[in-house]
Amino acid sequence: MDFNLTPEQGMLQDSLRKFLSKEYGFESRRARAASPEGFSRETWAQLAELGLLGIAIPEDDGGLGGDAFDTMVVMEALGRALVVEPYVSTVVLGGGTLAAAGSASQKEAWLPAIVGGEKLMAFAHGEPRSRYALAHVETTAKRDGTGWKLDGKKAVVRDAPSADAILVSARTAGGAQDEGGISLFLVDAKAKGVSMRGYATQDGGRAAEVSLSGVAVGADSLVGAADGAFPILERTVDRGIAALCAEALGIIDALNEATLEYLKTRQQFGQPIGRFQALQHRMVDMTIRAVETRSMAIVAAAGANHPDQAQRRRMVSAAKAHIGQGARYVGQQAVQLHGGIGVTDELIVSHWFKRLAILNATFGDAEHHLGLFSDRLLGEKA
Amino acid sequence: MDLEFTAAEQAFRQEVHAYIAKSLPAEISAKVHGGKRLGREDYMRWHRTLAKQGWVAPGWPTEFGGPGWTAVQQQIFDEECAAAGAPRILPFGVKMVAPVIMRFGNAAQKQHFLPRILSGEDWWCQGYSEPGAGSDLASLKTKAVRRGDHYIVNGQKTWNTLGQFADWIFVLARTATEGRPQEGISFLLVDMKTPGITVRPIRMLDGEHEINEVWFEDVKVPVANLVGEENKGWTCAKFLLGHERTGIAGVGACKRELKRLKEIARMEPGGGGRPLIEDTRFRDRIAQVEIDLMALEFTNLRVLSAEGEGKRAPGPEASILKVRGTEIQQALSELMMQAVGVYGIPYVPEALDAGWTGEGVGADYAAPLSGHYFNMRKTSIYGGSNEIQKNIVAQLSLGL
Repeated sequence: MDFNLTPEQGMLQDSLRKFLSKEYGFESRRARAASPEGFSRETWAQLAELGLLGIAIPEDDGGLGGDAFDTMVVMEALGRALVVEPYVSTVVLGGGTLAAAGSASQKEAWLPAIVGGEKLMAFAHGEPRSRYALAHVETTAKRDGTGWKLDGKKAVVRDAPSADAILVSARTAGGAQDEGGISLFLVDAKAKGVSMRGYATQDGGRAAEVSLSGVAVGADSLVGAADGAFPILERTVDRGIAALCAEALGIIDALNEATLEYLKTRQQFGQPIGRFQALQHRMVDMTIRAVETRSMAIVAAAGANHPDQAQRRRMVSAAKAHIGQGARYVGQQAVQLHGGIGVTDELIVSHWFKRLAILNATFGDAEHHLGLFSDRLLGEKA
Repeated sequence: MDLEFTAAEQAFRQEVHAYIAKSLPAEISAKVHGGKRLGREDYMRWHRTLAKQGWVAPGWPTEFGGPGWTAVQQQIFDEECAAAGAPRILPFGVKMVAPVIMRFGNAAQKQHFLPRILSGEDWWCQGYSEPGAGSDLASLKTKAVRRGDHYIVNGQKTWNTLGQFADWIFVLARTATEGRPQEGISFLLVDMKTPGITVRPIRMLDGEHEINEVWFEDVKVPVANLVGEENKGWTCAKFLLGHERTGIAGVGACKRELKRLKEIARMEPGGGGRPLIEDTRFRDRIAQVEIDLMALEFTNLRVLSAEGEGKRAPGPEASILKVRGTEIQQALSELMMQAVGVYGIPYVPEALDAGWTGEGVGADYAAPLSGHYFNMRKTSIYGGSNEIQKNIVAQLSLGL
């Protein structure tokens, strides 16, 4: 058992933190989010130069061959800075999925371009009626000559408006709720029949409702085996959840630091408000949550790395549930302890708070994952 | 990072597991698993067994007879003991007074007392709290006045655990009244057979006799039994409380209780002829406590690993472990009582005696559960209440 970062991870953490504290202040983040694309291509190129875009991609495919712990180091720092660039969509979900399940030609075409910062991706799996159920896929893909034809709608596809390619899940067999019969396709975002209703997200990002109307794709766009994409999707989502857990950790730590500083400086009744025991104990409860969040972000990463599917899912759900609850608590209390200024747009605190709320709504909230974990208890042997 | 135990740690777990399986008497583990009363001899038998093996004081340095285990090995040992239904090694000697003697005691005290703690020859109890000194421990009034080679001790201690079985008690007593309250306190080791000591039981909310008041009336304590310097006992007191908290997360015992809770939820009826575990509302609460326990377990391991690498001494982390550990212990006990529904209502204290052959009420496992739930309310109060722990974190760690 070892809870230390490797020397390489320590260096990665240092260089990323330095870069972000220099280049990614709150006001510049605001400007990026307000720009037409909602993020900065220039920053994306800098992240590529730092080597960050190759973290989750194997060395054979031009990446650094890192695991979920490496991604954790990155995401913790990105969370603190509220980075809006499409890191999770492109690197963790897109690149990670192609690296794990893509064909040799798909890898060759996409992975070096992702590592180099030239191509962006989106992950289009959830649908308007699926909520958080991973097996619920109504979008269809029908055989069409040697290729396929896709029809359906994908909901709240993060970073879709700027993506070059979209991973789209579609049903090729079975009923709408079946785990079997789902296939995964790599679709050119500009393909005929792909249309998007793009919009801003509550946390300063971009997303789109993606409609697929008779989208023709070749046989070579299939990722993994036909009808057999569910385990790939599950693994991708688990990796994504681990990354989001680490992002939440970075935000929770940042919120606690800001709140503690505020308690020590804000004067009321002739003294710093941090002198009041009611607020001290609240701050301690937030600190306990942060300590436990770090433990569970580590559990999530270890889960995402775990070769056994059942173990992986169990650990990831436990972490997502626990961190979702903690994120809610710390986010709400950080705003509360900041008082009026906490509910303004002016301070970064409300932006961290909102990002935590959106993380909870992504890939299943705390209640959803508590339920998944709970239902596993039925299968446990005495 | 790596959350898997190393091959060496797994081998260690197997060694410990095999040893306990072979050495722990079945009638004792049956009592622990069944929530029955444990007597002095139950505790002592297991203590002596482990002492012979050299494992009774996992946290002690090797020079005093500890096994030289890493923090992770100690955690593994704790888990295996709890899972097997071993009685806990009472902390008052091994985990409380012994570290104080090692740190602040003189050579003669170390030589005399430590081997006797290890062997189980001396059963220790605690003389900290007083009726007027609970969370505000430094306001204690028990007095020790120097007369030649002795202190004469007068006063009253309370919330003393299992003192009815004890040979020795460690006492915080006031030896000076000038200055801050913390400055006039001394740490004394007192033989329970000394004339003038009276132990009176306090019947607790579960009806059991676990706790006592201890009265001191002109009790003569040799000056040789002063640990550290006179009036510097507060340093010992704080040191001891820091040590007390490191084991208090109780991860091993929580895991055992969680397993028991699940077993009970599989046996108890839920609604509509289905077992309770199939009741989603109840099962979700088990899931919640299991997830919380997972967070506690890995937080505990992170703290232990950091301490093992010499990065940190017990500090605010220990307080966090105490708060969360006790909250989880309480949640588990609450769910167990709830699990048996109306069979949490009967009060049949005889059923807690292992040998009792009378007619029980409800399932055998139900009898101790309400009492256990009531009893566990103590955990967020003892060892520095959870509110005091939060004050400690606020001050020491957050600088508020």
